Amino acid sequence: MTFDFSLASVLGSVSEDVSLGISLLHIIGIISGILGLAFFFGSAVGMVRFPDFYTRMHAAGKGDTLSTMLMLAGFALVTMDDFSVESWLVFIKILAVILFIYLTTPTSSHALMRAAFEDDEMPMTEKDLKNSSQKHKGKK
Amino acid sequence: MIEWFSIIMGASLFVLMIPVIYRICKGPTGFDRILGVNVIGTKTAVLLVIIGTLYGRVEMFVDFALTYALLNFVAAIVVSRYLNRTISLKEMEAREKKKGRSRA
Repeated sequence: MTFDFSLASVLGSVSEDVSLGISLLHIIGIISGILGLAFFFGSAVGMVRFPDFYTRMHAAGKGDTLSTMLMLAGFALVTMDDFSVESWLVFIKILAVILFIYLTTPTSSHALMRAAFEDDEMPMTEKDLKNSSQKHKGKK
Repeated sequence: MIEWFSIIMGASLFVLMIPVIYRICKGPTGFDRILGVNVIGTKTAVLLVIIGTLYGRVEMFVDFALTYALLNFVAAIVVSRYLNRTISLKEMEAREKKKGRSRA
């Protein structure tokens, strides 16, 4: 039971022309995965460096969502070797995971932010920042 | 080629998880901790797909990744609701009166 879609023959011939054994889809997937790593690097640095809970949430929410989506899309393209029904099924499943993460990660960060705000976790003002920097200088 | 790409991606994901784990251990409030746990949970879904690519059985591991993402979402929502309810009810009512509007 091997269905041959018309796209399969086209892209298959493209991948045979590239003599390195890497098709065009693999290159796009690898670039997308590395972009996702870059965004996750930004998110991790922001979670350590930022002074406040809300700013940390800003870094974590955005960078986490985009980097996860990019990396999963990259692996969906990389695992697409032949265009049989099973690999299309895996591709669509990974797209379903991407859709799920696209919906749920902003929702959960919104719920956490609202819980923190109702729990009297106040955002940092300029005065707090000056105080903390003076304390930091005093320590040095 | 694909194997090396998967190995390098997984290793660098592990290395980049270390600052987040530092934030979980140190985090001043509980919200910081649950935020870090949320970030690590979504990255674990990616790691499961990477492991599936390495073992050549993506069609099985993708289901695990979907389940893990679902559990992670439920955990974040439940913990945020729980931490929200830890304020005492009287204090909440007083705050509502101060705001001048009532909520069910």
